[in-house]
Amino acid sequence: MAIAVRNLTKKYGSQVAVNDISFDVKSGEILGFLGPNGAGKTTTMKVITSYMPPTSGVVEIDGMNIADHSLEVRRKIGYLPELNPLYLDMNVMDYLEYSAKLLGLNDEAVRERRKEMVHSCGLESVRHRDIGELSKGFRQRVGLAQAMIHDPDVLIMDEPTSGLDPNQIVEIRNLIKQLGRAKTVVLSTHILTEVQATCDRVLIINEGSIVADGTPEELQRQFTASDMLTLELKTGLRDPLAEVIPKLRILARVTNVTLVSQANGTSSFELQTEKGADVREAAFRLAVSENWVILEMRRKATTLEEVFHKLTTA
Amino acid sequence: MSLQNIATIFRREIRFYFNSPIAYVVIIVFLSILGWFFSNNLFLMNIATLRIVFELVPLLFLFFAPAITMRLLAEEKKSGTLELLTTKPVRDVEIILGKFLAAWALLAAALLPTLVYVVIIVFLGPLDVGPVITGYLGLLLMGGVYIAIGLFTSSITENQIVAFIIGFLLVLTLFLLDKVLMYVPEGLASTMEFLSVDYHLSNIARGVIDSRDLLYFFSVLGFSLMLATVSLERRKW
Repeated sequence: MAIAVRNLTKKYGSQVAVNDISFDVKSGEILGFLGPNGAGKTTTMKVITSYMPPTSGVVEIDGMNIADHSLEVRRKIGYLPELNPLYLDMNVMDYLEYSAKLLGLNDEAVRERRKEMVHSCGLESVRHRDIGELSKGFRQRVGLAQAMIHDPDVLIMDEPTSGLDPNQIVEIRNLIKQLGRAKTVVLSTHILTEVQATCDRVLIINEGSIVADGTPEELQRQFTASDMLTLELKTGLRDPLAEVIPKLRILARVTNVTLVSQANGTSSFELQTEKGADVREAAFRLAVSENWVILEMRRKATTLEEVFHKLTTA
Repeated sequence: MSLQNIATIFRREIRFYFNSPIAYVVIIVFLSILGWFFSNNLFLMNIATLRIVFELVPLLFLFFAPAITMRLLAEEKKSGTLELLTTKPVRDVEIILGKFLAAWALLAAALLPTLVYVVIIVFLGPLDVGPVITGYLGLLLMGGVYIAIGLFTSSITENQIVAFIIGFLLVLTLFLLDKVLMYVPEGLASTMEFLSVDYHLSNIARGVIDSRDLLYFFSVLGFSLMLATVSLERRKW
């Protein structure tokens, strides 16, 4: 089920939170929404889930305008809001039943789906406990179970892993991948490794506007100006600066060489190369001919972090 | 409007009241106060009368109704669960009605056991049943009005204390309107009297159900619920 956002603008008073953004999410795609805090991620999600209407612009889900088919669209969406609000006084089973009923499931479907979600979200051991007694990891599972209890076609999740410990993050991420199969998923995050681990496509949004759109690999390629090669050499030379750098420098496609550190006859260099160039073989042959020992050689591509940083700091 | 949604929300709120101490505290304190005055009359003064019930309950409702309603929407706003609720395929008016009915039911549950007093009095002597029935109906309607107002004040803030205090002030004003008539110009007096909730209660408690009184109760109640719905929709402005 595809989502289409067209010229969406949302203002709070005179403050513009989202400024004329348009994008599509294809059916079955997992889209990562990336951006610094306050960039407009949450606002966009609140509009898509019909929590509030846009100031202008249109959102269509499965070809239906959400303003005209609000109730119908809401039935197809599973939503995990920011900070995962829950009724802490309810126990897990009651809460899932409550959510399922509000989503229009009949009694039989409620029982069936609830059983399924308790199983797939690993909630068996806590299903009769009050949500308020649960750890953060379990609460997040309850939030996910609640969002997916009606087997929605579209899943919207606002920072689904925030505040979890590293193990829980991996668990929740796997759960999202597993349960989100064959669903259209939009998730926001500011954890970049999360995007690389879970998403098919990334949207980077900054100050209410989309600044980048593509697969994680595409973005890395697109925003890479140069590649970097880290090289640690044991040369035994007294003055590697004067002798080694010029030799490295004249390797084909190397644009710049800097000395990073130097101790006990070993020294580390960073070779800046042209975009996409691979100079590892040349470096190896040079080292052999000069009788240097290579202790370490590592290619460093532009990380998504650098792309993010570049795009979101003016 | 979906009755099923209203029922789902109603059940959730009722369950909350009775899973927490709220329902028990409300019912026990309410009955203790009434029972103390009723049995004082009965045993110390040898008077068997329901008058004390009809005089005291409106005063107790002034306090209990906003106390019951203050959390209904304020808490959901504060904890963020309102976002979950309103992104479900549920209309705002269904949320309001479900919550209203649950709070009203709790108030009725506190009032219901006082029917024991009626039974006691019937045993002790003759009782004109008509005014008792209409009196209870009047008390329920008055409670409904207070609950609706309390629900509205809960919808305008995410702070429960603020919701309680504003709710209390509003229902107190509605209650006091016909008690300050001597201080207002004559032209205004009859309007103020008509707006007073206690005036209509005493009309109904006399045993006559006048459509004007019913109209008053239902329009104030409906108007308050409408305001609450609008205030819930305010997020969309």
